[in-house]
Amino acid sequence: MSDPLRNLFDKSKPLFEGKGRFARFFPLFDVFENLFYSSERKTSGLTHVRDGSDIQRVMVVVWLATFPTMFFGMYNIGYQALSALEAINLAGAEHLKDWHWPLVQLFSGLDPNSILDCIAYGAIYFIPIYLVTFFVGIAWEMIFAVVRQHEISEGAFVTTVLFALSCPPDAPLWQVALGISVGLVIGKEIFGGTGKNFLNPALTGRAFLYFAYPASWSGDMSWVAVDGYTAATMLGISAQDGYTNMPDTFTWSNAFFGLVPGSIGETSTVAILMGLAILLITKIASYRIVGGIILGTIATTYLFNLIGSDTNPMFQMPFWWHMVMGGYAFGLVFMATEPVSGSHTNAGRWIYGFVIGFMVIMIRVLNPAYPEGMMLAILFGNLLSPLIDHFVVSRNISHRSRVLNAK
Amino acid sequence: MLEQYLSILVNSIFIENIALSVFLGMCTFIAISKKIEAAIGLGIAVIVVIGITVPLNNLIYTYVLKEGALSWLGYPEVSLEFVGLISYIGIIAAVVQILEMFLDKYVPVLYNALGVFLPLITVNCAILGASLFMVEKSLAFGESVVYGLGAGIGWALAIAMLAGIREKLKYSDIPEGLQGLGITFITVGLMSFGFMSFGGISL
Repeated sequence: MSDPLRNLFDKSKPLFEGKGRFARFFPLFDVFENLFYSSERKTSGLTHVRDGSDIQRVMVVVWLATFPTMFFGMYNIGYQALSALEAINLAGAEHLKDWHWPLVQLFSGLDPNSILDCIAYGAIYFIPIYLVTFFVGIAWEMIFAVVRQHEISEGAFVTTVLFALSCPPDAPLWQVALGISVGLVIGKEIFGGTGKNFLNPALTGRAFLYFAYPASWSGDMSWVAVDGYTAATMLGISAQDGYTNMPDTFTWSNAFFGLVPGSIGETSTVAILMGLAILLITKIASYRIVGGIILGTIATTYLFNLIGSDTNPMFQMPFWWHMVMGGYAFGLVFMATEPVSGSHTNAGRWIYGFVIGFMVIMIRVLNPAYPEGMMLAILFGNLLSPLIDHFVVSRNISHRSRVLNAK
Repeated sequence: MLEQYLSILVNSIFIENIALSVFLGMCTFIAISKKIEAAIGLGIAVIVVIGITVPLNNLIYTYVLKEGALSWLGYPEVSLEFVGLISYIGIIAAVVQILEMFLDKYVPVLYNALGVFLPLITVNCAILGASLFMVEKSLAFGESVVYGLGAGIGWALAIAMLAGIREKLKYSDIPEGLQGLGITFITVGLMSFGFMSFGGISL
């Protein structure tokens, strides 16, 4: 036992256990110990699951899977903003400067063609959002863990990073803090913490902000990280004028690679696909849910293409455009596949996915109020998933009892 | 014609969901949603009763209560709209009573399946609400049939979903002060988030 860190943990452990002075704060101690060492708790009794994977590992893998989107997101914030700034400067106009500006002058250049400048500029916008989300989220998790004496779950890390990635780059920080609080407390903690909720907590917070502060969460002012600069998202434009009439920069390949305005993590389908590969290989995301959503999307899009409409250009949009636009890919990979709030049965996962795929296209096409449908479609899927599971299970029960009776 | 009926149907099931966007029928919605089977039974009962009473009240409104409706009796200036509320309630209570007796006699299977829910929904405000909305929207008879069915299906869908979620929540670890009704109210609130996705669809 020469490991000083292990010694420190061993020495302070009695303080947190049983009648120790800080026994109330055992969950805090526990999470720090588990950060460095694996748990010494072992299964007892007859059940023994032999698997190296646990919540902590699952969550860390999901966290890593978001890295491509995170870094690409930062680059894209910078790219969009610096291109906009260049255009403003060329026109000889002034732009509004908020508290980000001194940091930009300190750390970042202003050349949209320099990858480093773009990443630095994006980081100046993304990191404060992520820090606020992270610390507010972890604070809530810790408060509930201490008061209710449950373990601190690494689920909160994933929730916070997903929430931060779903924010628009110019989001006001106090609203970010409010949103993650609603998501974690109302969406998860009051049901008992990780694994006991029925809605995706990150989405709950995001949806709350979307309805509470529509101007800064879905308005045209929010997508490019330059104050006072307006830019519509691709979905917004295609709902107005049709996908064939978009500006030159909004091509399918730009949307696929992610060089379009949008929420931080949602723009690049390529980066998200890398995350999907990680999640599918490690079997954290269910390929059934992913398949179900894609099938539902394709079927519904073809249906609308067939019906057609003279007044609503969204009817004609083919599915490969839907898939690269807005939050579709991000929601599909990181939000819908969340194992807690989705369906738990294999057949149910196909249905659950299909419902989401159907709903997202329906909302996008039919509902002029919300050009983006992924978030609400997944929330609706979450609501339906317990019912789907119930029917799948009772079908299995009656099927098996028929088989037994037939013998 | 068909398109209009379809739009009324979608509108009443999703967009103006009677439980989750106008919050009617809350007492039964929350009380009978602990088990999925019971919730579905109640849901079907509501579909049947709304589906019958809304068109029936529509007839009563058009031919008896509306201003000028009594012209076939020779009183074109009379308006009985002020007794609307009580007539609708009377109709609903009578329909439920007759339906119960009819089912007991001729379809005992369904009667047993619906059990106590049938008399219970006489006092469900979703049923009365649907009739009042029907008057407010001034629907024709055919439309009111579709509207009644849609409102019932929407309510049934919502209560089945809530029951599914509540069965799932049995495995949750809810703080003591929130157990039971408290968490159910929060759940219903969160559910109407999901239904807000339909909010701006204009059909």
